[in-house]
Amino acid sequence: MIDFFIPLEDWINIGFERVSYFLSPFLRAASGFLGTLIDGFETLLLWPPEIVIMTVVALLVWWLANYRLAIFAFVGLLLTAGLDIWAPTMSTVALALSGTAVSLLVGIPLGIFASQSKVVERILRPIMDFMQTLPSFVYLIPAVMFFGMGKVSALVAIMIFAMPPAVRLTTLGIREVSGEMVEAARAFGSGRWQTLKDVQLPLALPTIMAGVNQCIMMALAMTVIASMIGGGGLGNVVLRSMQTLNIGMGAVGGLGIVILAILLDRLTESISKKMKKD
Amino acid sequence: MAIIKVENLYKVFGKEPKRAIEMVKKGYKKDEIMAKTGTTIGINNVSFEVEPGESFVVMGLSGSGKSTLIRCLNRLIEPTSGSISINDKDITKMDKQELSELRKKNVSMVFQNFAIFPHYTVLENAAYGLKVMGVVKEEREKKALESLEAVGLKGWETYYPSKLSGGMQQRVGLARALATDPDILLMDEAFSALDPLIRKDMQSELLELQDKLQKTIIFITHDLDEALRLGDRIALMKDGEIVQIGTPEEIMMSPATEYVEKFVEDVDRSRVLTAEMIMKKSAAIIHYPKDGPRVALHRMKENDISSIFIVDKQNRLIGIVMAEDALTAVEKNETSLDTIIQKDIPTALPDTPLKEMFTLMTGKNLPLAVVDENYKFKGIVVRGTVMAKLAEGGNAND
Repeated sequence: MIDFFIPLEDWINIGFERVSYFLSPFLRAASGFLGTLIDGFETLLLWPPEIVIMTVVALLVWWLANYRLAIFAFVGLLLTAGLDIWAPTMSTVALALSGTAVSLLVGIPLGIFASQSKVVERILRPIMDFMQTLPSFVYLIPAVMFFGMGKVSALVAIMIFAMPPAVRLTTLGIREVSGEMVEAARAFGSGRWQTLKDVQLPLALPTIMAGVNQCIMMALAMTVIASMIGGGGLGNVVLRSMQTLNIGMGAVGGLGIVILAILLDRLTESISKKMKKD
Repeated sequence: MAIIKVENLYKVFGKEPKRAIEMVKKGYKKDEIMAKTGTTIGINNVSFEVEPGESFVVMGLSGSGKSTLIRCLNRLIEPTSGSISINDKDITKMDKQELSELRKKNVSMVFQNFAIFPHYTVLENAAYGLKVMGVVKEEREKKALESLEAVGLKGWETYYPSKLSGGMQQRVGLARALATDPDILLMDEAFSALDPLIRKDMQSELLELQDKLQKTIIFITHDLDEALRLGDRIALMKDGEIVQIGTPEEIMMSPATEYVEKFVEDVDRSRVLTAEMIMKKSAAIIHYPKDGPRVALHRMKENDISSIFIVDKQNRLIGIVMAEDALTAVEKNETSLDTIIQKDIPTALPDTPLKEMFTLMTGKNLPLAVVDENYKFKGIVVRGTVMAKLAEGGNAND
């Protein structure tokens, strides 16, 4: 009955080969930059004695949030050290936070851009949907093809997964600023950029912060899957436990991720609450 | 020399503005055009001029196009056709740069829901226009302070708007608009979101400010009282057209169309104060024939008044006695009031409106007695009350 065949698989394979060849200088540069970023961050976290990092993190959390969360941070990190997963935990932190940073660096400007132009939004929207709903295993492969096994590929996978909420919530936040506020700014002669800077962005900040929070959470979730392409860290602990059917090891790795998740979630939450108050 | 000159202004919302304007010119109705082209006529052939220092009020019901009109004056809404000149420059032909200059220097705006920025302090809000102009911080804060002082918000500079009441928030809005020292102030239903008492205060203050500053004000409102109070001239809008322009007096005296008449009548019939509403019920009176001049004099002294009404046993009004006459009668040792009662006095019925009471009282230096159909005494209205209420605008909802 069906006498046609679409060689999509071949097309994509051939296309990818050509594209990756064509892009290779650019890819190498990007790979170098991203690799340095993660490695630098990881070294920074792993080089000093554990207790120093714990103390610095606790103090930082105290300053950014409150003393209760600071205690949690200290105890939580102490626990990871006690469970002998300090190094993978720090490695996951480095990966997740670099991934978040890059996602926000690209995502927030894109979100702003989309809020200013209906056309850009219309183009970005399906791409975002695509990025969010595509099964993550599917883009692990091209990530590896472009960047090889390792942390850079993991970071790219994280970016694809974690960027959409940052873009979406930035656009939403800016669009939600009441028309009257924008009108008022314009009535006093503000141009587009100044209106954005003075009125729309500050008023959209709580929503943008919700996007940042989402972004961090998704980055953290993705670190586990990214361990399959060499992301390392706690994801790797979980992965190894799966391969060896070691329930205990899986639980330990999982616990480490849960501690990080709770800490980062509460931290961003209380930062955005503080922003609202000011 | 007019500062604002609007000529044949049209605003059409929708996709086929040119065709819609053609249809309007051929005399099609708004609904027919809507049905045929899917466009809405926001403003339909509006022309008017405003003199420098004039308060020009645009009045109309919601949907009459008044908010669209005021936004055309600084091009927050782009007019479809026609011309708007401000200081002899056609603003419809201005490019972005010129338009921005116009908004910074010549025209500023006050909004219905205040639209002050919640993330700025009162001072920063007031200084916003100057910030956009690029005035350095010190200087703009100095000017903003002056303008906050002018609207009575001195001492509130460091507060955030959320801590302020509605009336105070709109003062911030007004200060922000005044800080750039514009020629023209656009006020879009600026006081409509405030409760009636505060609203009245704000109107008074605007009038006071206007006395000092002599800005050209375009004021949009749906409220006739506000229009009458604030406007040097009033333009009435309906369905995007101006149906009448005139001084408050002209609008009240000779409404041009049924629409205007309805607006005006509405005020007269239901909302104007009547005698019953402003009279003093527990007024001092004396009874005839029981009481004589001594009692009359005593009661006047007691109540600190210079005349007193006299009623009979059935509480029907007989007349009034003046203090001087009562004194003379006492000196002459008379015991009856007969010779000194003035019977020919003005009276009002309980539902006599304020304006008529004023007419009744002119030329006579007597209080007004309020009586019912059977001439039974109800209360008195003194001159001062009538004057005061007239000055306030004479409406019952204040």
